[in-house]
Amino acid sequence: MLLELFLTFFRIGAFTFGGGYAMISVIEDICVSRKKWITHEDLVNVTVIAESTPGPVAINCATFVGYKQKGFIGAVMATLGVVLPSFIIIYVISMFLDRFLEIAWIANAFKGIRVAVGLLILDVGIRMVKKMPKEPLRIVLTVCAVLATLAVSIFSLKISTIVLLLAAGLISLAVFLVQKPREEKGGEQQ
Amino acid sequence: MIYLDLLIGFLEVGCFSFGGAYAAIPLIRDVVLRYGWVSEEMLTDMIAVSESTPGPIMVNLATYVGSSQAGIPGAVIATLASILPAFLIILLIMLVMKKALDNKYVQAVMRGLQACVIGVITAVGIYMLYQNAVRPVVTGADDFRPLLLAVVLAVLYFGSRKVKFMKKGLSPIMLIGIAACLGILAFGI
Repeated sequence: MLLELFLTFFRIGAFTFGGGYAMISVIEDICVSRKKWITHEDLVNVTVIAESTPGPVAINCATFVGYKQKGFIGAVMATLGVVLPSFIIIYVISMFLDRFLEIAWIANAFKGIRVAVGLLILDVGIRMVKKMPKEPLRIVLTVCAVLATLAVSIFSLKISTIVLLLAAGLISLAVFLVQKPREEKGGEQQ
Repeated sequence: MIYLDLLIGFLEVGCFSFGGAYAAIPLIRDVVLRYGWVSEEMLTDMIAVSESTPGPIMVNLATYVGSSQAGIPGAVIATLASILPAFLIILLIMLVMKKALDNKYVQAVMRGLQACVIGVITAVGIYMLYQNAVRPVVTGADDFRPLLLAVVLAVLYFGSRKVKFMKKGLSPIMLIGIAACLGILAFGI
């Protein structure tokens, strides 16, 4: 069973291009429909949890399924299984990428690719902005984060993204704490 | 010591990468530039490679940076450090705090974190486009080719979603492939 967990997630890790959400559909197919290791509701729940916890969705799902099947060791096996393929592939690539990029035409290809990467990341950002609930506080925090990050990059400031994240979390909590009593009072008047 | 730096650096990334694979990119950029492990250009190239190979971008970048700094042990340490927080948090949630995420205070903090992540990702995208497409024009080099390339790619990428027979438009891997060809076309073999 442990070996099966490992091999199944190894296969999932090896064949899912296109990031975490592509992987969820593969996990649905293999772990829910075929092997019946978890239910569809389980998978939806873990996806929601994965979205509000750090780390890639794929890792979160693997840990979850492994734990459900075989406890802690199962979780370890499934998680290692899902990372191992990309680990091997990237390790091999890392050995020759530097020399590879010294070849003139490949370097030129990467000049184009860098533009594409910027575009892809911007696209992800815009999509997330579109999906975000349009509450005033969220919009203000998002705009501030954009400006702060740009300022940090342009002026090479020594402020880490983590500081920005913590600040945003605290501001949101503070606003919530301030608003809550007010809403309760409003409730009493009615 | 490099192993310890890799461990701490990628634990940090793993702990704060809320919001999926792309959310880790700004954090990894922070850590990598702070320690001077990889140049900004190299990191961008590496993101493209990660995008075209299987596996989460965060894990791929950790493996790459670890390997480039300290061989196999470095790659193992960086990779494990990047996934350890995600692993532990899921275990913790399943074991003890199933309800923790429903807590309204936790949710208030989450709302702030999510909004910030979205802003940071958007800004990194803008900054990368500026560095690689706009800067060659404004710094006096007068090289308009990257900017032209950016416009062509943007039209292709966003335009392809409007075309009926392509359901989801171009995939990221396809866009990277096209960008590579256009790069060779624009800058020569």
